[in-house]
Amino acid sequence: MDEATMVPLSYYLALSGILFVCGVLGFLIKRNIITIFMSIELMLNGVNLSFVAFAAQWHALSGQVFVFFVMVVAAAEAAVGLAIIIAVYRTRETLNVDQVNLLKL
Amino acid sequence: MAGAVNLLAQSHPINSALSLIVVMGSLAAEYLLLGAEFVAAVQVIVYAGAIMVLFLITIMLLNAGKEERTKGSRVAAVLGIPGVLIGAVLVAWTLIGRSSMTGAVSIGALWGAPSDIARLLFHEFLLPFEVTSVLILIAIMGAVVLTSKPEAVARGQRKDG
Repeated sequence: MDEATMVPLSYYLALSGILFVCGVLGFLIKRNIITIFMSIELMLNGVNLSFVAFAAQWHALSGQVFVFFVMVVAAAEAAVGLAIIIAVYRTRETLNVDQVNLLKL
Repeated sequence: MAGAVNLLAQSHPINSALSLIVVMGSLAAEYLLLGAEFVAAVQVIVYAGAIMVLFLITIMLLNAGKEERTKGSRVAAVLGIPGVLIGAVLVAWTLIGRSSMTGAVSIGALWGAPSDIARLLFHEFLLPFEVTSVLILIAIMGAVVLTSKPEAVARGQRKDG
């Protein structure tokens, strides 16, 4: 394999880290509950990218299987989380997390 | 990456969702470059398809508008920004110091055929696979119960009891 088709693993890890940091920043900064949820998905994607990159380096398929499981859990989490958001909106009529400060109605 | 930054910059949730779709699509391309064709296909189908449709439907259903800005606390600004900077410098220093330990990966080498993944998934990882199916079933039931009106749930329980 010639040198031109090789990409250092650290590039993928850096991109994964940047995605994760974007997710954390969005989680902390954003006030809209849906955008916070999207930031969580972004963090999961950053971790998935590092999983696939390491799997490609070690030629281990277990990494890809693990990414599959992470995606399944993310899908279940998205379904339940959005259902919770709809339920909260129905009782509070707001999407701002600063105004959702009580667990009871 | 530009999509990820855009997700933070946009104040309207619809724009954030659309930029998240861009991130998902480019990540699928990355997986394809890394030779993980199965993961790339699942990424497009599950993330860019199912999850983003869920997000968009929720945004439209709840008629989400622009978010209002709130002032952060002063303590967070004073302590947080230097803390984040110190942490970033430490992580970058460690990564740069050890980057020679991580090798390079080739582009476009499709070494992970879906049949191999299926063999691994249904032999070594059979029990976690079945457990995730139960997890998805529970998630479906939870979503249905949460989104149904409280009166309907109460009526159903009365009918049962």
